[in-house]
Amino acid sequence: MQDNLTHLDQLKEIRQIMEKSTKFISLSGISGVWVGFVALAGIAVVLFSFDSYFFTRYSDGGVFSVDKLLNYNDLNRLIRFVLIDALIMLVFAIGGAILLTIRKAKKKGLSVWDKTAKRFLVSLMVPLATGGIFTLILIYHGIFAMAGPATLIFYGLALINAGRFTLNDIRFLGLFEVLLGLLAALFLGYTAIFWAIGFGLLHIIYGLVMYFKYEK
Amino acid sequence: MDNIISKLNKAFESRVRLGIMSVLMVNDSIDFNSLKELLNITDGNLASHLKALEKEEYIGVKKQFIGRKPNTSYEATEAGKEAFNQHLKALEDLIKSTETDE
Repeated sequence: MQDNLTHLDQLKEIRQIMEKSTKFISLSGISGVWVGFVALAGIAVVLFSFDSYFFTRYSDGGVFSVDKLLNYNDLNRLIRFVLIDALIMLVFAIGGAILLTIRKAKKKGLSVWDKTAKRFLVSLMVPLATGGIFTLILIYHGIFAMAGPATLIFYGLALINAGRFTLNDIRFLGLFEVLLGLLAALFLGYTAIFWAIGFGLLHIIYGLVMYFKYEK
Repeated sequence: MDNIISKLNKAFESRVRLGIMSVLMVNDSIDFNSLKELLNITDGNLASHLKALEKEEYIGVKKQFIGRKPNTSYEATEAGKEAFNQHLKALEDLIKSTETDE
């Protein structure tokens, strides 16, 4: 029995080392919660800054869609506002996630910037940057309605791709993001809601799950 | 029972060597410092175990310069991978056999 235990421990240790040497495991769960709240705040700012559009359309019984805004100047203003808002949120979200991840790595005595981190980031950034540029091209061509859903779809694909180099759970988050993106593309006019669910709610749920599963 | 135990490879008896091989099974190659950090051991300790595995020809060594710094990286040879897989299988069989004994 004693022997059995040590052999089992050996196998366990081998598995751990294999995982540790290929996967970026320092990604903080709490950073997911942070990103979620930042996203919700960013979306709320847009909704309240342009509440006349959103809320009058809803009270009319119709749905809000930027394409239906006839006033060109207002549309321009909204697009610019959303872009700047999204950029600021991105900086806050990524900055916070990096800080929290560094903190977690330090606590566990792991180095943050190693081969696994690089692989994770590259596999995340390639689809993500493609999606970002593609979204800007959509906006450039005036296809505003598809810009929102596209961000969700590409973000989800990026997560699924990068999931190979971190704890697998993130792939489920990616799958849901893609699903929401497709739904958002189908049901135009609800982008703000799908964004709030995808970038806000899902991140918070994912972060909490990761925190209680691995860090508690 | 003795038969199964004899299949365990003596070269992989130490924890450090198991660790080194585990890393090299899933990474194409890894440099000395990353390996040291992963396994959390001292330079001397790691070096002596690497030497032993090298002597068995289970790992290959590649020395090169990155800029002006010398960089030593290691990779598992085909023989090393084969031997390690057999060792893993022996470990598994051993665990299975004791489970059915009880």
